[in-house]
Amino acid sequence: MVEALTIVLAAGLARGWRSALTGLGAATLVLAVVVAALGPALTAIPLNALRLVVGALLLTFGLQWLRKAILRASGYKALHDEDALFAQELAEAEGAARVERAGLDWYGFTLAFKGVLLEGLEVVFIVLTFGSAQGSISLAAAGAAGALVLVAVVGVAVRAPLARVPENTLKFAVGVMLTTFGIFWSAEGAGAHWPGNDASILGVLGFVVLTAVALVRLLRHERRSVLQAAEV
Amino acid sequence: MSRLAAFGRFWWEFVIGDDWLVAVLVAAAIGATAAFAHSGMAAWWLLPLAVLLVLWLSLRRAIRST
Repeated sequence: MVEALTIVLAAGLARGWRSALTGLGAATLVLAVVVAALGPALTAIPLNALRLVVGALLLTFGLQWLRKAILRASGYKALHDEDALFAQELAEAEGAARVERAGLDWYGFTLAFKGVLLEGLEVVFIVLTFGSAQGSISLAAAGAAGALVLVAVVGVAVRAPLARVPENTLKFAVGVMLTTFGIFWSAEGAGAHWPGNDASILGVLGFVVLTAVALVRLLRHERRSVLQAAEV
Repeated sequence: MSRLAAFGRFWWEFVIGDDWLVAVLVAAAIGATAAFAHSGMAAWWLLPLAVLLVLWLSLRRAIRST
């Protein structure tokens, strides 16, 4: 969401707000149609089969997020620099030729539309999978919509990229949650029974957090040793 | 054809991501969990253990490639 906001802000400042906000609105509409179309279809699938598929996808997805967050936290990968991304998007948007279509600056519209759609698909995927496995897509969608409004309001208020948001911490937390629910649901879908039933989610959460934190510490220590050895 | 390839590439990057080994090992671990569970053995411990192994292997691969 933060990346999408950065792209919309760059498009708005460089190419005009009308095109950027129309692109944002069109992409939001497409995403809402995807949720409305896929949501009811998912609830018709048997719960165990759904939990197996959803759990496997969440686990794969969560491990990707967690892997990147661990690499960033341990210094092996650069932290996401929203200011640099904003400056790059702004320079590219200012340099592009102006083409008018349907009264809109086409570059500004497509830049905002593509940015919001691609970033938003990730959120839609999480909302649909979480919501369908728990039997409440509308609740998950309301939570995501609330987060979207919050990011948009802050973005419009500051008219600058949200560089102060601790993005890697947020991604770390999302990776931990996706991995936790991915483990729990895919094991249940595969026929395993958790000791303590739903309460074991807390145990899985604790295990994932401890594993991720231990890996960050281990890799940080390893990286420091390698750098010190290279200096000598 | 190029649009089909781009569509396929989008979904590959969306679901599989930077390291295909993660998806392969997750699928294998879920398969093993199902096999354990259907033979009547306790299988809940297998996936957490697999996650530990998958994360470690994937991180080592990422560090080697930097």
